[in-house]
Amino acid sequence: MKILVPVKRVVDYNIKPRVKADGSGVETAGVKMSMNPFDEIAVEEAVRLREKGAASEVVVVSIGVQQAQDTLRTAMAMGADRAILVLTEESPEPLAVAKVLKKLVEKEGPSLVVLGKQAIDDDMNATGQMLAGLLGWGQGTFASKVDVADGRVLVSREIDGGTEQVSLVLPAIVTADLRLNEPRYASLPNIMKAKKKPLETIPAADLGVDMAPRLTIVSVAEPTERKAGIKLGSATELVEKLRNEAKVI
Amino acid sequence: MTALVLLDHEGGQIRKAALSAVTAAARLGDVHVLVTGDAALAQAASRIAGVSKVLHAADARYAHELAEPLAALVASLAASYDHVVAAAGATGKNVLPRAAALLDVQPIPDVVSIVDAQTFVRPIYAGNALATVRSADAKKVLTVRSASFDAAAAEGGSAPVEVVAAVESPDVSRFEAVQLSDSARPDLESARVVVSGGRGMGSEEKFHALDPLADALGAAVGASRAAVDSGFVPNELQVGQTGKIVAPELYMAFGISGAIQHLAGMKDSRVIVAVNKDPEAPIFQVADYGIVGDLFEVVPQLVEALKK
Repeated sequence: MKILVPVKRVVDYNIKPRVKADGSGVETAGVKMSMNPFDEIAVEEAVRLREKGAASEVVVVSIGVQQAQDTLRTAMAMGADRAILVLTEESPEPLAVAKVLKKLVEKEGPSLVVLGKQAIDDDMNATGQMLAGLLGWGQGTFASKVDVADGRVLVSREIDGGTEQVSLVLPAIVTADLRLNEPRYASLPNIMKAKKKPLETIPAADLGVDMAPRLTIVSVAEPTERKAGIKLGSATELVEKLRNEAKVI
Repeated sequence: MTALVLLDHEGGQIRKAALSAVTAAARLGDVHVLVTGDAALAQAASRIAGVSKVLHAADARYAHELAEPLAALVASLAASYDHVVAAAGATGKNVLPRAAALLDVQPIPDVVSIVDAQTFVRPIYAGNALATVRSADAKKVLTVRSASFDAAAAEGGSAPVEVVAAVESPDVSRFEAVQLSDSARPDLESARVVVSGGRGMGSEEKFHALDPLADALGAAVGASRAAVDSGFVPNELQVGQTGKIVAPELYMAFGISGAIQHLAGMKDSRVIVAVNKDPEAPIFQVADYGIVGDLFEVVPQLVEALKK
């Protein structure tokens, strides 16, 4: 069984994003970029499934600029076997990404696609669901536990009021939530080994997918900042303020 | 123009967040709602103020809101609508993107403001920026943040109920089980007051120090990701970028430092209170009222002061 894991190169989660002065977007030039944290969890889960013997190969794919190779090398240092870079200068929306991934699924024939539930840049939380829809596959989104057995995958899902389990026929889509696992750090020997693993580059145009954006960014703005208030000396004073000044209790 | 709202439900009740989706949809035109489950849910939907028609997907395959059949149904019904809307909760985020893919539409998640029928404001980068986007798709598929739209009144309407037939969909998924945390407390996303704890709570046992205060205020209990990761409380209590987004009248943060990812989930609250031992904790930069001190001393004092 083959597992496909799409990964996205995003602004590192430790960096506070800055809105560009012209309001056209968020500054990414000269900013530290890393693998989307949810995608790290997806890679970890796929590698664990292979280590358990439930899968034979883990293929990682990224859609983006040349530098996304670094993200793919990181995934291979974590244990993925090989990588595909779909090269584009654009920043495609989830619909276009799902269409590209569908082409790759048709080419690679994986039994499972594991994705992060959302990317921490555009916060769309859509690609996995959309790929599942285009393929007509089952989807186990926001997964906190994944078990593969007997041609099915049992997924525990984080829902608003608790957890639910769904059983999906393979091939299927899983999207990783935070509690699914704790991704490993790549060791130095594994980082060295990853440099020799195969990485294939495909120009996005060769896939014949319409990647034109459907959304136009009218503007990007900073949210209004809250101002720090006052420090109080006691609980009694706080209750008095909440009752008589803020009038919230 | 008419909008279709997917009303999600849990434990036999329509979720309050779905009522906010009705309010958002009313900004776009006439509101029809789609609800799954039993007839009682359809009746509850028909009483929501501002709803002009209820579509009841009574077929058992939809009862658990599984994405595979439900997205196919939403996509087939969408032919008659300009907008498809749901609350940005677990169901909406699971089902609507799949339906959008079937419609060849790019969905617009987490809408916090509606500019016009094509143009919407949504947070990106964990709320560190607000993007205004205009959709070129013929239909718009959106999820909306319940914290940004008032809930429609649950009573007062009398919309007709029409049962809709099931449509073909790939038979690839099966609902197995659900575990809902039983809580007598109000729902986190719609509570007037939220009392939250962070890593400073120390342990699962000591987290219960907040219970008497939550009881006294009729508050929901929340937590930071640090408290969830430390195993003090289950994940469904998590407030933040990767948890629930809340905007109560009063948000009280105890032992929460105020990481960006937590602030993203609560900074739109009307009044914020922070109690923390560390006077430099970033949470104080967004708090209207702060107390620098030991929360295990302050919480009982608050409970006492509230009795007066």
